[in-house]
Amino acid sequence: MEPESSRGGSATIGKAVKIAGQIFSREDLYVDGDVEGTIELMDHKLTIGPNGKVHAGVKAREVVALGAIQGNVEASERIEIRKDAKLVGDIKTARIVIEDGAYFKGSIDIVKSEPKAAPNQPRPQPVSAAAVPVNAAAGNVADAKR
Amino acid sequence: MSLLSERLKIFLRGPRSSADTGLPANGGAAPKLARPAAGEVPETRSSRGLDQFFGSFRGQAGLSILDLGGAFQENINFITSLGHKFYSEDFLRIFQETFGEDIADQSNPGRIDYFLRRSLEYPDEQFDGVLAWDALEYMEPALLAATADRLRRILKPKGYLLSIFHSAERKRMVPCYSFRIQDLRTLQVIRHGERTASQQLFNNRGLEKLFHKFESVKFFLARDSLREVIARK
Repeated sequence: MEPESSRGGSATIGKAVKIAGQIFSREDLYVDGDVEGTIELMDHKLTIGPNGKVHAGVKAREVVALGAIQGNVEASERIEIRKDAKLVGDIKTARIVIEDGAYFKGSIDIVKSEPKAAPNQPRPQPVSAAAVPVNAAAGNVADAKR
Repeated sequence: MSLLSERLKIFLRGPRSSADTGLPANGGAAPKLARPAAGEVPETRSSRGLDQFFGSFRGQAGLSILDLGGAFQENINFITSLGHKFYSEDFLRIFQETFGEDIADQSNPGRIDYFLRRSLEYPDEQFDGVLAWDALEYMEPALLAATADRLRRILKPKGYLLSIFHSAERKRMVPCYSFRIQDLRTLQVIRHGERTASQQLFNNRGLEKLFHKFESVKFFLARDSLREVIARK
């Protein structure tokens, strides 16, 4: 089980929660409940807890499976399948770690992760005194859409 | 002091995760030796069959290789490091779930079909190679023949099947192993107790009959009466 402390700063779907639909998240996500549909966390980490049951296509930077996943998984950096996890589906990732005792049925395609292009340095702009602060919370939640 | 005792504990019980080993948790840095559970005895042995199997694919990349022994980190690392796509089936687990100890059920066409749909439901000519290890050794003749036929179907023309048989004699129980690739010619073999043996006799003649639809069959007799068999479609 993922220690509580390591989940700080991530959204959580608890073990009594069931979601059918699409999940997009701009922060790490811990799923210990049931999800059916798709999960996309492009630059973030998805952890499927020991009670988690995911019947979904998954895209994330990093995936750690302790529970069950049925669906194809794309993890741009790495995927870790722990001892009692069960994964049925095809995996595309740069690196994989699988513990003895994990159940896996499917294919593994190792794809080289492309280094991200350095963002263009913005030219210094004169700052207006009336600049509006950005709402840091906007879009920073896991949305469950029906 | 506490750090020292923690390291001593890890040394005694063996590493459980990349965090324990201090190694980066990536495919290339996986431990060389697998971690056997209590009662499992690891052994390293050279394998001419393995050498021949991968030797047949020398200079090629992007092939599809199916491993029927389940997903072990060592095999995933080895096969993907050659540039191939790795497919995994925990064949004996599905076999056990489907038939248990019921030998008679292995002759039932409906059950055979159900088993093959669960374990080998792939399009024809999907794979360049199949690593069957010792998965065929525990099957009764009807199921075994149907499985060999299905394996042949899912192999591409000129594709290879590697399988291993432990004894040419009739026995009630035979040992059960997991196979982890160490390098082109070396396997780490870990024994996991015993399983009920098939009534089929796995001597050269029996194996030739089993793989008679393949274009060629090659045997390598290793120590402990172990037969490695390479069948080419």
